[in-house]
Amino acid sequence: MPETEQEHGDIIIRVENLEHSYKGFKAVDGISFTVRRGEIFSFLGPNGAGKSTAINILITLLAKQKGSASVAGFDVTLDPQKVRESIGIVFQDITLDRDMTVWEILEFHGRLYNMPNEQRRKRIEELLDLVELAGKRDERTKHLSGGMKRRLEIARGLMTRPRVLFLDEPTIGLDPQTRLRMWDYIRGVNNEGTTIFLTTHYMDEADHLSDRISIIDHGRIVITGKPWELKNTLGRDLIYLETNDNDAAVRSLKDYPGIRDVKVKPKGFALMVNDDGSKVLPTIIETLRTAGIEIITINLKKPSMDDVFVFYTGREFRDENPPKIPRAGGQ
Amino acid sequence: MKTPRKSPGQEGSSMQYGFATIYWRDMIRFVRFKTLLVSSLLQPALWLAFFGIAMSSSFDKLITGIPVPPGVHVIGYLTFMGAGIIAMTTLFTSLFGGIVILFDKNWGLMREILASPMNRNHIIFGIGLSGVTKSFIQAIIIMTFGILIGAAFFDGFTAQQVVFGIIGVLAFVGMFALGFLFLSAAIAISMESPEGLQGVITLLTMPIFFASNALYPTDSFPEFLKILSVYNPMTLLITGIRYFAIGPDFMALGMHYQYTWSDILTAYAGLVAFAILTFGLAVWRFRKAVVT
Repeated sequence: MPETEQEHGDIIIRVENLEHSYKGFKAVDGISFTVRRGEIFSFLGPNGAGKSTAINILITLLAKQKGSASVAGFDVTLDPQKVRESIGIVFQDITLDRDMTVWEILEFHGRLYNMPNEQRRKRIEELLDLVELAGKRDERTKHLSGGMKRRLEIARGLMTRPRVLFLDEPTIGLDPQTRLRMWDYIRGVNNEGTTIFLTTHYMDEADHLSDRISIIDHGRIVITGKPWELKNTLGRDLIYLETNDNDAAVRSLKDYPGIRDVKVKPKGFALMVNDDGSKVLPTIIETLRTAGIEIITINLKKPSMDDVFVFYTGREFRDENPPKIPRAGGQ
Repeated sequence: MKTPRKSPGQEGSSMQYGFATIYWRDMIRFVRFKTLLVSSLLQPALWLAFFGIAMSSSFDKLITGIPVPPGVHVIGYLTFMGAGIIAMTTLFTSLFGGIVILFDKNWGLMREILASPMNRNHIIFGIGLSGVTKSFIQAIIIMTFGILIGAAFFDGFTAQQVVFGIIGVLAFVGMFALGFLFLSAAIAISMESPEGLQGVITLLTMPIFFASNALYPTDSFPEFLKILSVYNPMTLLITGIRYFAIGPDFMALGMHYQYTWSDILTAYAGLVAFAILTFGLAVWRFRKAVVT
């Protein structure tokens, strides 16, 4: 994989053949990837795909078993201390002391990282403004809304001006409006130069935020690329059909020019089209009519991240939103 | 960002004050949990008030007939067991002191700390220091309350001796508390559930408390219990408290107690050794700990 990476500027995270097992179960099964400085890089995959295990190794909470991993130029095993000094983390579940105030949370964090007093106090004020929590500084965190808690955690992750900010499922359990605002904050932070490593199981989140995405499933990276690149691998358009005889319909359309692939679904099938789908559509309808096949449903759409995921993992994303049980299956 | 990028922690990679951060946070919690605060301060006073007064009124009656050698300072049971109550309170507070580590671990708060550049030993020190602070406050409350209800602490001492006595008591309480806080931290970081921790701690407190000289003299113990009590840190602590709060030579429950300086130094050395041992245990457990 690291063929042309050198041309694309600095590599800030480099992972090669990383493996991690829990009692014989391979949670991470030989993954390799690189993250470039300044980009938003996402791990997209369902719960239990190995995202959290990988992130825990990168943030030095979990010891590496096999392979190599370096963050900000430091090896996670040889130089964990340096890695810790270079990163900020927003954990998957809310990790705020309920009985500490907003200000105290940031103060504590700054002290943990040994920030000098003056620098620490100044940074707290900057960040309270950035995440719009200045008015809540003396509020205990248990009285904050879910979105505010997340914002406070992002502020905490940024306290030490990290070179890489790790965000593990940053918008889990937030309402749609709050999610959109979180995305704005994340983009803002990234625009100021912080590299962002994100894990998510929300397709739209990965799609809208990321510069590049790795789809991860069963501990392996299935494909990596820019969102549009991933979608383009499925062709320009997707045509979904249900007919009274799907098998026959697939047979008659399979070798049609411009159709790149056919994916059979439970009730119908999807055609991946290389050309403009709306132009192919009349011919497809004509072909099926000639073959005596009756069309029940037909629709045309641009491939979405969901389609990409289904195509590359061969399964639907069943445990998507809304999240049922917190922590279910997460490692 | 206009400010130059500089990773924090560079200017002081020794992280000398990490434990102070942990201490600061634990004290915030201590004063903020009002019920916990009040009950932890009230509980030892109640022990002294009810158990102490009830027991002393019957014990003091039983020993009235026992002859007293001339010139020996005789103390009532309340004074005798008051020292034991200070020790008991310190034991309970310290053994439960590590439970915050378990809560932090279960609520995910420990991850923030473990993923930071701070040396893990600072967590142990910080928790130890805040536990010692709590024990100091409790010891002072018990002594004050004890004197109010009639315990003869620092009886016949000069002002100077009182100050020296208080310092001595706190030095013993502090070292003992550290030993058990380290032990508690080591257990807490290794356990999964608060229930489990509670079970282990209850199991520990029983023999430590009762195989000691907290409530009664150990002289008439059967041999094995006597050996146990001699090496029991609890006995070492109580010996120290009695020496500093009552004096080197006194009579209680018909027994003549005499302590020399070397007895006291040996007892203190025992507590120091115990604290070093449990600190080592805690360091090892924290190094092994994986919290994700």
